Amino acid sequence: MLSPVLCSDLAALEPEYTEADVISTVEFNQTGEFLATGDKGGRVVIFQREPQGEYNVYSTFQSHEPEFDYLKSFEIEEKINKIRWLPPHNPAHFLLSTNDKTVKLWKVSEKDKRAEGYNLRDEEGRLKDLSTITTLQVPVLRPMDLLVEASPRRVFANAHAYHINSISVNSDCETYLSADDLRINLWHLNITDRSFNIVDLKPENMEDLSEVITVAEFHPHHCHLLAFSSSTGTTRLCDMRARALCDQHAKLFEEAVDPSRQSFFSEIVSSVSDVKFSHSGRYLLTRDYLTVKVWDLNMENKPMETYQVHDYLRTKLCSLYESDCIFDKFECAWNGTDSVIMTGAYNNYFRMFDRASLRDVTLEASREVCKRRAVLQPRRVCVGKKRKETDVSVDSLDFRKKILHTAWHPKENIIAIAASNNLYIFQDRLTPNGHHNTPEIQSAM
Amino acid sequence: MAGAEGDDSLYPIAVLIDELRNEDVQLRLNSIKKLSTIALALEVERTRTELLPFLTDTIYDEDEVLLALAEQLGSFTVLVGGPEFVHCLLPPLESLATVEETVVRDKAVESLRKISQEHSPVDLEVHFVPLVKRLASGDWFTSRTSACGLFSVCYPHVSSTVKAEIRQHFRTLCSDDTPMVRRAASSKLGEFAKVLELDYVKSDIIPLFTALASDEQDSVRLLAVESGVSIATLLPQEDLEDLVMPTLRQAAEDKSWRVRYMVADKFSELQKAVGPEITKNDLVPAFQNLLKDCEAEVRTAAANKVKVFCESLPEDSRETIIMTHILPCVKELVSDTNQHVKSALASVIMGLSTILGKDNTVEHLLPLFLVQLKDEYPEVRLNIISNLDCVNEVIGIRQLSQSLLPAIVELAEDAKWRVRLAIIEYMPLLAGQLGVEFFDEKLNSLCMAWLIDHVYAIREAATCNLMKLVEKFGAEWAQNTIVPKVLGMANDSNYLHRMTTLFCINALSEVCGQEITTKHMLPVVLKMSTDQVANVRFNVARCLQKIGPVLDSSALQAEVKPVLEKLATDQDMDVKYFALDAISVITLINGHAVYDSM
Repeated sequence: MLSPVLCSDLAALEPEYTEADVISTVEFNQTGEFLATGDKGGRVVIFQREPQGEYNVYSTFQSHEPEFDYLKSFEIEEKINKIRWLPPHNPAHFLLSTNDKTVKLWKVSEKDKRAEGYNLRDEEGRLKDLSTITTLQVPVLRPMDLLVEASPRRVFANAHAYHINSISVNSDCETYLSADDLRINLWHLNITDRSFNIVDLKPENMEDLSEVITVAEFHPHHCHLLAFSSSTGTTRLCDMRARALCDQHAKLFEEAVDPSRQSFFSEIVSSVSDVKFSHSGRYLLTRDYLTVKVWDLNMENKPMETYQVHDYLRTKLCSLYESDCIFDKFECAWNGTDSVIMTGAYNNYFRMFDRASLRDVTLEASREVCKRRAVLQPRRVCVGKKRKETDVSVDSLDFRKKILHTAWHPKENIIAIAASNNLYIFQDRLTPNGHHNTPEIQSAM
Repeated sequence: MAGAEGDDSLYPIAVLIDELRNEDVQLRLNSIKKLSTIALALEVERTRTELLPFLTDTIYDEDEVLLALAEQLGSFTVLVGGPEFVHCLLPPLESLATVEETVVRDKAVESLRKISQEHSPVDLEVHFVPLVKRLASGDWFTSRTSACGLFSVCYPHVSSTVKAEIRQHFRTLCSDDTPMVRRAASSKLGEFAKVLELDYVKSDIIPLFTALASDEQDSVRLLAVESGVSIATLLPQEDLEDLVMPTLRQAAEDKSWRVRYMVADKFSELQKAVGPEITKNDLVPAFQNLLKDCEAEVRTAAANKVKVFCESLPEDSRETIIMTHILPCVKELVSDTNQHVKSALASVIMGLSTILGKDNTVEHLLPLFLVQLKDEYPEVRLNIISNLDCVNEVIGIRQLSQSLLPAIVELAEDAKWRVRLAIIEYMPLLAGQLGVEFFDEKLNSLCMAWLIDHVYAIREAATCNLMKLVEKFGAEWAQNTIVPKVLGMANDSNYLHRMTTLFCINALSEVCGQEITTKHMLPVVLKMSTDQVANVRFNVARCLQKIGPVLDSSALQAEVKPVLEKLATDQDMDVKYFALDAISVITLINGHAVYDSM
């Protein structure tokens, strides 16, 4: 586990913010040198890691605009639901971004030269006197200040009747999937006018609808495997080798529910809000409302590990249901070596679980407590009477402050936490000689 | 003013050069497409030292501009000073071979392959091969994939040491970390094998093929199938069994349906490559399995190959193999659960009758045709009907006509207009094969019914169909059967139907000839010139213009002219326009004599 120190606080500096500024997705690229965020205003911001370790803004662009579907008469929000980076092709960087309906492929490239010298105009752009032109001039390229450009390369539209919740690039690097509430489509990155439907949960009669797809992801190494989760708490693994249409899953990961603990909320809280393959490809991490679970791909009937994220909310489900908070979709993340997992919670808290030592920690990402170069202090939520000054009572948790989106650097102990319009990037505390601290957990639970 | 003269000739080129950097993509594209004009004006020296270096760095542009550039450079040799200087074209093409856009890279590789032919053997080793090596060991997969397509063009012309290096580079790319590069290598393996010495094919290519064909990514494995086919054509028959068959057999049974699909798709090529003996022993059972595959996509691909596969079976055992091995599978496919499988089969199954002959067709195939003619999916029925000619040659169509008729009628009345359109297009073919009597008795009413279909595309196709029928059955038949019905519609209360009469006359006048047109059609057209609907009236004008060339000049003068003149004073603008238009056209074709007075 790490002792996180704030290294970049990339918030919009003013404390006042609009709904459009709320970050809706966070994603590191394959090397971790870049980090992209998307927000509810349809913007994508890319951060680059400086040699000193800080992340600074590299490029900002408007990825999606609000639209109106005149045929079905509804608005299509510009909110960026997911961003996924493509593996590197050339010096430029490529990423997919999606809102509810349309996936776009963006190229972010650097330009450091520009052409100079016209035949018919001078450098200020004025037309030259034709009689002075006696020879032809070929333009020459001269260095200029670095310019970062984002250009849309492809637009993958008109393939989803429902809202897109996930996109995932296949390890074959030529295809990707997009999933909505009922269907998963497979695209070729070069072809925008055609996609293949690989999973279709839509029943003949919509009244028979019993589950929706909440999230889908490709296996990191095996190009034929994909996992998708549903609102009923199950995660299915599909093998695209077996059939063109993957309605029949290869494996179904589901934990039997204890009938004595069944309640009105059982199904709602078991809905899987995120699924992530481990870097090794052996495990699946799933997040539901109250827990994160680690599944071994070879064991379908129960998870290997279950971690309680905020079990103290179990008695509060009724009010969480009334405020719609129970439908919040928290994401989860693995660290680079698959030994620690991280996920968000309420009150700007996020949780980390060390799989080997079984120790866990609650930390807070907020402007008030995050001071530069200070180690984050663990938080404790108590149900009954406060035992320590710093303890926080369940009743005083702020449910409007939630950390839904988190990302872990693919190799190093650097994490990115999105809290409403703020992005916090923490890295492990360095010892004076520059080495990383022995991972240790500072928890008091 | 000698200088001014120079300016005048420089000006258009100066514009072209400046527009290479214009903000408007279309103008840039335009300029790039005229790059040879620019180069010609700059002459070879400046093209080499100024224009090409500029183009080498212009890789930031839009794809379509880069694509045009990559294409232009492939035929630029003369413009840089001939084969002696062709290597100057390598740097810009090298940078284009690394861009992210596949079509641009492919075009750059194509141009590089083209100009490689213009290199002397020395230049190849000094300039071209180093470029290939640079691309092959580039940091980005884009450059390494491009390299895969360049090995085979330089290999035959270089020394044996360089050859060894090239083989080594190719080997490295075959085990590249990224699947993109392995796919590129896999798809170019067959092409590379073709230029290698046979010993190296056996010692180098075969292990690479085996490795790629068992790659962990099925996207790589499936590309190895096609390469395997090419490699098989290169090897002597006695080596096939040991060197490629185990791998191909494994591909036909691969766990991934995409790989099996590829085998099915390439089956005819494979059959040709391995020869009759292996076909009999290996491919027949493999083909049976593909026809019975659990994935519909694979069955569809295999079903498409049924006819070609059977045709190419060795003659001595063809009939036995088909009857005992293939036909049982085909019978199952006729009642497949997937419509695409059935439809693929329906498009080729009729072809089997020529191979199996009359008796087998009647006994074994006919029942299958009949089942497919009653299939629930219209596409299956249409595919059978569209291939009737094959059966007609073998057993005559009469055998089928009893089942054919209900099938045609049902398609003719299908709720989907595209299905109706498709069956109309087969009508002339069917009419030719079923004969005039059968047609008059059973199909004529259908053809007339389409004329009043509520979809315009169907009415249009129906008029065209009538014309084709008249071409087949002759003018006399037309006069007796269809002309009266068509003309009868002129009195219909629906103006769309009245217009259909005019459209039919447009289509039929020429095939029916002058007599029928003048005696029967013209009076009806003229009468319609007083229709109360303007659309009908201006179509009368258009119709008169259309049938004008068929009429003789006295009819034009005495009957057509007064009517057109009257229409030319019509209150409706469009009627006036088309009437005047018709008058001017008819005047032209018929000489001034007729319309001198106008």
